[in-house]
Amino acid sequence: MNALVIVLIAIGGVLLGTAAGYWLPPHGRLSARERARPVRRILLPFSGQAISRRSFEAAVRLAKAENAIVMPAFLARVPMNLPLESPLPVQCARGMPLLEAIEQRVASQGLPVESRIARGRSSRDALHRLLEQEDFDRIIVSADENPYSGLSYDDLRWLLEQAPAEILILRPAPEDDRRISVNGANAHV
Amino acid sequence: MAAGVGKTIRMLIEGRVELEAGRDVVIGLLETHGRAETAQLAEGLPTLPRMRVSYRQADLEEMDLRAVLSRRPELCLIDELAHTNAPGGEHAKRYEDVQEILDAGIDVLSTLNVQHLESLNDHITELSGIRVRETIPDAILARADEVVLIDLTPEALLDRLRAGKIYPADRIDAALNNFFRIENLAALREVALRQVAEEVGAKRLTTELSGSRQESLAADAPQAVGERLLALVEPYPGTQRLVRRAWRSAQRLGAELDLLWVRMPGQKLSEDSERSLSALRQLASVLGAKMLEEESDDVAAAVADVASRRGTTYILVGRSRPARGLARLRVPLPQRLMARLPGVDVRIVADRSQRAKADSP
Repeated sequence: MNALVIVLIAIGGVLLGTAAGYWLPPHGRLSARERARPVRRILLPFSGQAISRRSFEAAVRLAKAENAIVMPAFLARVPMNLPLESPLPVQCARGMPLLEAIEQRVASQGLPVESRIARGRSSRDALHRLLEQEDFDRIIVSADENPYSGLSYDDLRWLLEQAPAEILILRPAPEDDRRISVNGANAHV
Repeated sequence: MAAGVGKTIRMLIEGRVELEAGRDVVIGLLETHGRAETAQLAEGLPTLPRMRVSYRQADLEEMDLRAVLSRRPELCLIDELAHTNAPGGEHAKRYEDVQEILDAGIDVLSTLNVQHLESLNDHITELSGIRVRETIPDAILARADEVVLIDLTPEALLDRLRAGKIYPADRIDAALNNFFRIENLAALREVALRQVAEEVGAKRLTTELSGSRQESLAADAPQAVGERLLALVEPYPGTQRLVRRAWRSAQRLGAELDLLWVRMPGQKLSEDSERSLSALRQLASVLGAKMLEEESDDVAAAVADVASRRGTTYILVGRSRPARGLARLRVPLPQRLMARLPGVDVRIVADRSQRAKADSP
């Protein structure tokens, strides 16, 4: 009798194990990082074909420390003679390789990344529209009035006064010359 | 394609051929732009007098629609289809005059630059930075029995411009500095070639479908017309990568891109998913892709239905998330799609960020 019970328990165990095998995801448990869902969102806006290395590194450092999502955003400018909702294939073709290069570099650090493309009449307008649509915890830009973010000093002032997020404006530095461009980023990945 | 390629010349040559073949041909309106070669070709072709219109103390000349209709030729040559008529006429646009002439049973030969097509206007403005104000609806071109592309290399066109064959000497420099730049002309040429290829393809499809082998031709024809891509999306962040890859493929193929999200009936979205969906719609809009949403609990059937309706030639799917429970026993989606859509390519798009992870030590 006892032997029968043991056999039945063993068969039950095997069936349960098989069912669990089907039920659970094939690659086992989630990592600690995956279990702790990122809640903070760090925006890294740009409009050119390169971004400042300091901005990128700051975004990665903060994302690691805060368990945040890095969100690179390409700011596309719609010419005044086009409707605001116009497709912008030429600009997208220019901005997208960098967007993907940033994504790959962030992902290679084991961090979550989520990209955006925003459009507006100017870089500031595109950023403004993006901020109206989504919440971000931090925005990282370089203080250099430069082709990276496409934001002027006046835009940075506006960002500080109006943006509903913590703003991290990085002082220009010599290493800004070591910008991250598509080729440079690909070389590192 | 652009001013000076020889549209009017070609129209006149065709008109002369028809005249010599015994048809009753007249010129309803001809714009020679002072080009001697054009005026010379028009000699011998009956020309209807123009109608004079006074506007703001200026005398303008327009095509005399009533004169064309009362003359009732078999074929009427009418230059510059996208022209805007002077205020006070019967119609605001010349193409509206042409429609009335066609409705009266008169054949029309006309000319048009590709940038005047309404659907291409924004695209060309973005390419060239120059907005063309006079446009015609695409439906007008679709009504044409035949579309002939007057093709000329940008270099040859610039040679013609510099030789004074297009504009008078005092306008050449301005033209060279504005519209007549080699990159603009190359872009216009590419757009024109694609547009005519699409027109020819669409015509062939329509013609063949009226034949007896309707079903089989309907299945075969879209491949010859051009590629149309369909990317299957879901409202989660990784989908954006798939969309961008699909868009780049579409750009390389010169194809249209559709995005399809098959939503389960009654499916509720989390806040994150709603945000991702909104970002996805925004991305589709910026890229010029069409975002489609279908509600079905059978993804493969919904995709097959949309692909058939849209004439899809190429389906892109992301890597499936790991299946759970009995779902592991199901045939994977790409295989189900291939079974339902023979002749349609199915491509599984890898996540390159995973490759980056795998490569790193």
